[in-house]
Amino acid sequence: MNNPHHLNPTSLKSRFTTRFLRALTKIRAQKPISSSSPTEIFRRYRRIKVAADKSMAYSVRSRRIWSRAMLWKLRSRSYRRQDPCSGRRSGKTNQAIMKKSSNENTTTRREDGVGFVEEADELRQLVPGGETMNLCNLLDETAHYIKCLTTQVQLFSPIGKG
Amino acid sequence: MSSRGLRSRQSSGVSRIRDDQITDLVSKLQLLIPQLRRGRSHKVSASKVLQETCNYIRSLHREVEDLSHRLSELLASTDIDNDQAAIIRSLLM
Repeated sequence: MNNPHHLNPTSLKSRFTTRFLRALTKIRAQKPISSSSPTEIFRRYRRIKVAADKSMAYSVRSRRIWSRAMLWKLRSRSYRRQDPCSGRRSGKTNQAIMKKSSNENTTTRREDGVGFVEEADELRQLVPGGETMNLCNLLDETAHYIKCLTTQVQLFSPIGKG
Repeated sequence: MSSRGLRSRQSSGVSRIRDDQITDLVSKLQLLIPQLRRGRSHKVSASKVLQETCNYIRSLHREVEDLSHRLSELLASTDIDNDQAAIIRSLLM
């Protein structure tokens, strides 16, 4: 393999890349009648974006609170498409995620008046599963999430940036 | 016994540990944000770090969206020229 991305076959980035390319191959194989109409371009963009997110979440699996939250969101999205009556199952999974994340040193958000509660709340909206995290978890998860997001951006690098 | 005193001693000890933990985590986060990495290592408040973190995450989200759009457009053309073919081929290999 001369692909410069695959430095280590089991690294996060290489797992990520493999999944993403597989998904892209499937997307490309779908040849609608008008593959360049704006609607089709938009639909394909959605599929590509979901593929990128799925590759990211499945490469990290359940090792992180944010990846668990993301996987739950992706799965409940596809369940809802296939079967509208699956709300029960989704609710149970969400509880499991919340329980796991609030087990360790649960504190309320206004715990020690450190003066950045608003910024932390804003961050909670951006990190998957952030609403359930205490401050320490939030900071830790954010660092990992950012690393994975930058890897996600690198997936597209063969296209060029501008 | 003075359980209240014991509790307050413990809780202040615990909150000191947590403060240190939080400071540590914030500085680790600071290293990841390109805006904050240049030079000014110790002078950034935690609030600023979190603010810039939010901005950075939003810009990364936008970047992935833009790149997904571009890729979708690339895959749209039925008669792709040589450069685009090479790009797509390198993506799929």
